[in-house]
Amino acid sequence: MITRETPLARTVRIAFLALWLVITLFPLYWIAVTSFKSPGSVFSYPLTYWPKVFSLENYAGLFAKSQFGVYVANSLVVSITAALVATLISLMSAYVLARFEFRSKGALLMGFLVTQMIPSFIALGPLYLMFTSLGLVDNRFGLTLIYIAVCIPFCTVMLRGFFANVPDALEEAAMIDGCSRVGALFRVLVPVMKPGIVAAFIFNFVNCWNELFLSVTLINSDGKKTIPTALNDFISSYNIDWGSMSAAAVLTIVPTMVLFAFASRYIVQGLTAGAVKG
Amino acid sequence: MTKLDNVTKGHPSTATGAPGPAVAVGSAEPRSIRRRRAFTVRRGATMVAFMAPAVLFVAVFIYYPMVSGSQMAFRNWNLNNLTDTAFVGFKNFQTIFADATFYTVLGNTVVWVVASIVPQFVIGFAIALFLRRTFPFRGLYQALIFFPWAISGFLIGILFRWMFNSEFGVINDLLSKAGIIHSPIPWLADPKTAMVAVIIANVWYGVTFFAIIILAALQSVPDEMLEAAALDGAGKARTLFQVIVPYIRITLSLTVLLRVIWIFNFPDIIYGMTGGGPANQTHIVTTWMIATTQRGDYGQASALGLIVVGLLVLFSIFFLTASREKKGDLS
Repeated sequence: MITRETPLARTVRIAFLALWLVITLFPLYWIAVTSFKSPGSVFSYPLTYWPKVFSLENYAGLFAKSQFGVYVANSLVVSITAALVATLISLMSAYVLARFEFRSKGALLMGFLVTQMIPSFIALGPLYLMFTSLGLVDNRFGLTLIYIAVCIPFCTVMLRGFFANVPDALEEAAMIDGCSRVGALFRVLVPVMKPGIVAAFIFNFVNCWNELFLSVTLINSDGKKTIPTALNDFISSYNIDWGSMSAAAVLTIVPTMVLFAFASRYIVQGLTAGAVKG
Repeated sequence: MTKLDNVTKGHPSTATGAPGPAVAVGSAEPRSIRRRRAFTVRRGATMVAFMAPAVLFVAVFIYYPMVSGSQMAFRNWNLNNLTDTAFVGFKNFQTIFADATFYTVLGNTVVWVVASIVPQFVIGFAIALFLRRTFPFRGLYQALIFFPWAISGFLIGILFRWMFNSEFGVINDLLSKAGIIHSPIPWLADPKTAMVAVIIANVWYGVTFFAIIILAALQSVPDEMLEAAALDGAGKARTLFQVIVPYIRITLSLTVLLRVIWIFNFPDIIYGMTGGGPANQTHIVTTWMIATTQRGDYGQASALGLIVVGLLVLFSIFFLTASREKKGDLS
């Protein structure tokens, strides 16, 4: 029940929401505007809030001065592979945690949740040593492995929530009709849960695409770097070239924003379900 | 806790999730006849097979390094000198406690967490209240204010680093256009203003989370309760503080708890914006730990890691006890 609103309250509400929208979008607007200025006018007075001339020089410079195309390819390969494998593995573990009752279930769930409390970078040193002895340092396959592990816990918890929304009568019917359990999962449940699974994949992908500390620690050679690792090199130099930096930022943000636009509803659903039910 | 209790009443299994038939029949309180009948060896084997990849990945790549790392905290472990990795007891901890930077870092961490979470909570709460009333394009509005989430904290640090640039930064430009400042502020070069700047970036990033969770909680308040309050003549403020807030208090306190832990563990913005500088003055515990790791001093970094885990556990216990006591007072 929502009571009638006075004109003053209405004005306050609209003004507040509008202001917050501007505040939220402004940094994104600003980095985009910077990227389309000509390199010279990025550093010039007075600041212009709209490029005098639209220029793609910063983008061209980015690809000319660094192997940005290679970084993008590395990020794509690592993130897509890790997100796919992690989603598949989590689908199976989430299925077990949603549909079976067993004694160690609480402990397993707890074990997954704890990894969300304790950040992965806490073990950077030991992880580096372990990867050295496995020959996985400076190796994109090694990076993919650790990304899979990092994605699994949250993805499992999220997918478990989606399984809970599907009645188990569905797969039981399939199994009575002669479907195996694996068949029931992949041929009956997966199609029903498709939007949730896609959201989980997107969430994993975006997390891997954005990951910084593990890749900075584990990858050394330029040709194997992912985008965040390369950006870290850009900002570590004394004279940051903000023109190509902003172009790189825009190219990094755009794909994840597009994906999030599709998945945000489900991610919000997963988040609030977990939090509100406590 | 109830969840765990229920589970332990279920079917016995090995704690490690090791080979399967251990998951056998024989529950004191079977959920249903169907479930009980279905508990066959085959079912157990499927279960273990489905669970194994997830458990293996997490155990090998997350738990193993974490556990093996904790013994490094008691060793002299430096990447630059691997010939001497002797056991040194609490020496790494002593070095940390003797370092004046550690206390700056601890103070910064408290400031970072508190000064970030309070505005995030207040603004997030306001947005949630305002979003309860439907309006055209409300869904689009929510999607738009959700956008910062697609961006990594590190990149947000970079975005704000550019905006807070002292010479060509848009923030100084806007402030001087508005007549608030007359000469540009060297935001990130001065430790005090640098701390303010990183917190502003973090508030910008975190408001949406609170808005989403609080909005969901507000929508869970039954209409009858609000109607009853209105009938009893409660004004808007009273309804909010004496009806709505008590009703959603548990969600609110759990959200705050999770958020404190998360912000405490969130080095990305600071790392991208100041790298902990100038002169280590904007480091929080986690950025400092990463800097220590990158220096190759794994022994000390692991000791710091243990301190982080210890602080988080202490905080959680304290917070949960405090919110439980408060609940007792009210009821």
